[in-house]
Amino acid sequence: MWKRDNKAGQEPLSPERVAYLQARNRRRWAIRLCRIFILISLIALWEILARIGVIDSFIMSQPSRILKTLTNLKNNGLLKHLGVTCFETLTGFSLGVILGNLVALILWWSDFLSKVAEPYLVVLNALPKVALGPVIIIWAGAGMQAIIVMALAISLIVTVLEMLSGFLSTDPELIKMARTFRATRYQTFTKIIFPSNLHTLFNSLKINIGLSLVGVIAGEFLVSKAGLGYLIVYGGQVFQMDLVMTSVLILAVVAALLYWGVTKLERLVLNAVSHTKV
Amino acid sequence: MRELLKLQDVSLTYQAENGEVHALDSISFTAQEGEMIGIVGPSGCGKSTLLSVIAGLEPATRGTVLLGGEPVNGVSEKIGYMLQKDNLLNWRTIRSNVLLGLEIRKMLTKENVEYVENLLETYGLAEFADKYPPQLSGGMRQRAALIRTLATKPDLLLLDEAFSALDYQTRLTVTDDVLSILRREKKTALIVTHDIPESISMSDRIIVLSDRPARVKSIHKMEFPPRPGQSYALPLERRNTPAFGQYFNLIWKELDVHVETR
Ligand SMILES: Nc1ncnc2c1ncn2[C@@H]1O[C@H](COP(=O)(O)OP(=O)(O)OP(=O)(O)O)[C@@H](O)[C@H]1O
Ligand SMILES: [Mg+2]
Repeated sequence: MWKRDNKAGQEPLSPERVAYLQARNRRRWAIRLCRIFILISLIALWEILARIGVIDSFIMSQPSRILKTLTNLKNNGLLKHLGVTCFETLTGFSLGVILGNLVALILWWSDFLSKVAEPYLVVLNALPKVALGPVIIIWAGAGMQAIIVMALAISLIVTVLEMLSGFLSTDPELIKMARTFRATRYQTFTKIIFPSNLHTLFNSLKINIGLSLVGVIAGEFLVSKAGLGYLIVYGGQVFQMDLVMTSVLILAVVAALLYWGVTKLERLVLNAVSHTKV
Repeated sequence: MRELLKLQDVSLTYQAENGEVHALDSISFTAQEGEMIGIVGPSGCGKSTLLSVIAGLEPATRGTVLLGGEPVNGVSEKIGYMLQKDNLLNWRTIRSNVLLGLEIRKMLTKENVEYVENLLETYGLAEFADKYPPQLSGGMRQRAALIRTLATKPDLLLLDEAFSALDYQTRLTVTDDVLSILRREKKTALIVTHDIPESISMSDRIIVLSDRPARVKSIHKMEFPPRPGQSYALPLERRNTPAFGQYFNLIWKELDVHVETR
């Protein structure tokens, strides 16, 4: 284990260490400042170019107009659309995770089934699920169900493949150890396989949260009456670029927040159950 | 002394994609209660396979394994198996790790848990019981793995290269530790190792196996002056006797190790 530097009650740091730490901090700040600087310059450039008329704000929108749309949240119903999209995403995501893990468990359980399923999984995985959109709409009905099924379709197979390969590559020595205690297959799964694959689970959650959002937006493009995807399509059709850009902006923030939420959950869970550093 | 384990003409052939592998060929030997039996043999000869058959993890192709007079059929409750790696689960505390076997077998009775707490206490792990495996040294982890194996009160212990993951220094002390634990708990054990001195220092008898398929080449009795008031000598004490070197030469010749020269 390495020494923690900034904890109180420890021996004083050597001058070299202090210099190293300062250099490291300076670098971190420099990186942060550069990022913010780039963002602000881009926004400023956009605004200026729009004001002096180099770009047409009717087509390109404009930061100040986006801001205006944002401050007008209550009246233009953005909040409601945001809520719908988040709900659909989280529902599709949760279903994908639960069903995906269940299927992976079944395939892990039966080597025979998993061999049988292999070619199907490979093809389904390679197939662009968005192509199933029209079929899903007809089967699930044009509405929120179709959108959730879309999100599910996009994340399910990935989850199955990811979790199954995790389950199957669990340290065989651990399994042998459990077997020497006469563990049943179920016990092996709950006590060894699943807990040793928590990192696999979180990796698949991180991929899936993004994929579910893709599925939801694609679904909303196709059918919906509400949601950010609907808003983007609608805004495009009526040539309200402010609305489109604002929706895209909100979508970016939502995507980042969802991902951040998953990483946060990962830290919480892994710190609670395992004692290896994440 | 009673006869605890008896192998009669045990053979095993693995069926693999690319053909058959003859791993064991008519292995017969017996182990008395309380005996430590060392098993040495060239690498890949079938030592681990032999232990798996005895533990009931792998059914013998021919022959029988009798434990306490009864044939072993499926994984036996009376056997504790310790593998090369400690296989402690990182997400469980040491206490919950050593209770794993009892938990799996649904034997978490108050009496058994008390027995395990006693083992932790006796073998110096009590204060680490609420720590997690990564926080322990290699030697302590190996001791925890042993306690996990002892927790189910097996009649026979199988140790497969149980110390080879440790560095040399730790290994010397851990073998001493483990052997005194096994002697005190009056356990019978089969100890597989590729380290001849280790085998000599721990065993009452050493079974030398041939190249694959493994056959019993010879069996040697190890006799060392016991420590005062006991019936056995500990590994480090054995290593300091003149007989040690002689046994080493004997087994070394027996193993007939060819070092390829280029
Ligand atoms: N499940 C299996 N299927 C096919 N062959 C196997 C299987 N397990 C082991 N073998 C083969 O059987 C032979 C004996 O293996 P085993 O692991 O018992 O040897 P070992 O003496 O323990 O080797 P080592 O000294 O490396 O520990 C080896 O040639 C190995 O490749
Ligand atoms: Mg082996």
